[in-house]
Amino acid sequence: MADLAVQQDVPESQVHPDAPAVQFDDVSIGFEGKDVLDHLSFQVRRGETRILLGPAGVGKSVLLKLADGLFKPDSGKVFVFGYEISAMREEDLFRLRESIGIVFQEGALFDSLTVRDNVGYRLTEQHVPDDQIDKRVTEALRFVELEHTLTKLPSELSGGMRRRVAIARAIITKPDLILYDSPTGGLDPITSTTIIELVIKQRDVYGTSSIVVTHRLQDAFMLASHHFNKETEQMEPLPEGTTDSSTSFLVLHQGKMVFDGSTHDLVHSDDEFLKQYLA
Amino acid sequence: MPLSSVDAAAKRGVSAVQQYSLLSARAVGNLFRRPLYGADIITQADLIGIGSLPIVILTGFFTGGVLALQSASTLAQFGAAAITGQLVSFSMIKELGPVLTSLMVSGRNASGMASELGSMMVTEQIDAMRALGTDPLKKLVMPRIVATVIMLFFLTIVSDAVGILGGAFVAVIMLGQDASQYFHTVYQSLQYADILQGLVKPIFFGFIISTIGCFYGMNTRGGTQGVGRSTTQAVVVSSVLIIAMDFVISRFMIGVFGR
Repeated sequence: MADLAVQQDVPESQVHPDAPAVQFDDVSIGFEGKDVLDHLSFQVRRGETRILLGPAGVGKSVLLKLADGLFKPDSGKVFVFGYEISAMREEDLFRLRESIGIVFQEGALFDSLTVRDNVGYRLTEQHVPDDQIDKRVTEALRFVELEHTLTKLPSELSGGMRRRVAIARAIITKPDLILYDSPTGGLDPITSTTIIELVIKQRDVYGTSSIVVTHRLQDAFMLASHHFNKETEQMEPLPEGTTDSSTSFLVLHQGKMVFDGSTHDLVHSDDEFLKQYLA
Repeated sequence: MPLSSVDAAAKRGVSAVQQYSLLSARAVGNLFRRPLYGADIITQADLIGIGSLPIVILTGFFTGGVLALQSASTLAQFGAAAITGQLVSFSMIKELGPVLTSLMVSGRNASGMASELGSMMVTEQIDAMRALGTDPLKKLVMPRIVATVIMLFFLTIVSDAVGILGGAFVAVIMLGQDASQYFHTVYQSLQYADILQGLVKPIFFGFIISTIGCFYGMNTRGGTQGVGRSTTQAVVVSSVLIIAMDFVISRFMIGVFGR
């Protein structure tokens, strides 16, 4: 990556402003001789939210890890902000990842660090002064309404709180792309709604590009049919029959992308698998 | 066993050696790249070095004691009980000090590293670290290697000294030998080659303990069961490698120095 970090003060996400946030180009990957993703191609435009649906074990988390460069594809290319991350060295990826936030399936908080140290981890590694870390951590935690948990350890938090701390950790550097890996998995409906509200808030307040992996249809359709009202500071349903124009769907089945389109197209699809999946 | 299974097992073995070599090389290479993570090295040195001190002292003391006890009676048959100190010091400094200390540290720390890193692996904390822009080989593996190599070197010296004292305790208090004679024979026949041999070994052993512990930790798969498997494998493999490497180094040193 010859052009990576040429201008130190320009975020990597802005070096190629016209490039899509994420682009998969004929990507395949397998583990232990078994194909997981088979020749996938799709893209996420700037400011767009793509909801990735599919049965459990279909490779949704693998796809997210490919988008963050945590896995390398067996074949094909993965581009993020115009950089071909599938061909980048790990050392070069670290700088690009400053523009990417990821929320792991179970939160993946560092269990021996406090909430403050977890959320401010990236800033600590960048040697940001302590007072600034405290300020930015508090800001990020306020976004997820958990500013009172600064000194707690992850084990002292509930599952939903841990997921919200993970979101705070992902957004603290104001990334231009956020990858959510089943952010509501294993949570009760009320906590799930709180998490989805945060995802919608991030989408509508900051216009962040994102991929949201989920197998909960109610969460997916809530994302598509609600918006965040900045004045009332609350999530509200969009008028009947309308959906968020920046939110669209991808559906994975048996390693292949069986759907790539809008909410309307998904709901009105004639595909037998999709009909059965959505039923 | 079908031929394809043998083929697959051989491939897995070669792949594991390749991955181990890459992990070790990259972790050592990180020593010369910033950031250095000095605080993590100190923390690990405290955990590995100071934390292992009690078991190393106890092991060293009783090993020296039993050496004196066993050798004194045999030597007495040849009228050579006076050189009990020499036998204890030779055995402790050249062989038992480095090997037993390493085995104890391996049991305590290779398992600790494998389980700690393994738990982080299965809960995606290692992936999270990479996603947050930190190289786990630099932040987690390199400090453990540096700390283990340095601290095992000093722990071996402590073990040698305590072992000789343990031998003295048995020889003087229990067997009634002359203390002055014991300590005189302890250093009388020692040469620099003997000391060198005893101090080179822990450097290699420390490297084996830390890299094997980290390798199995970083390659853990399969939840908590996988963590248990990694922990066991780390201790078994590092212990066997320590003993095999001890033979190789001893043979090499004897070839070079003639003793």
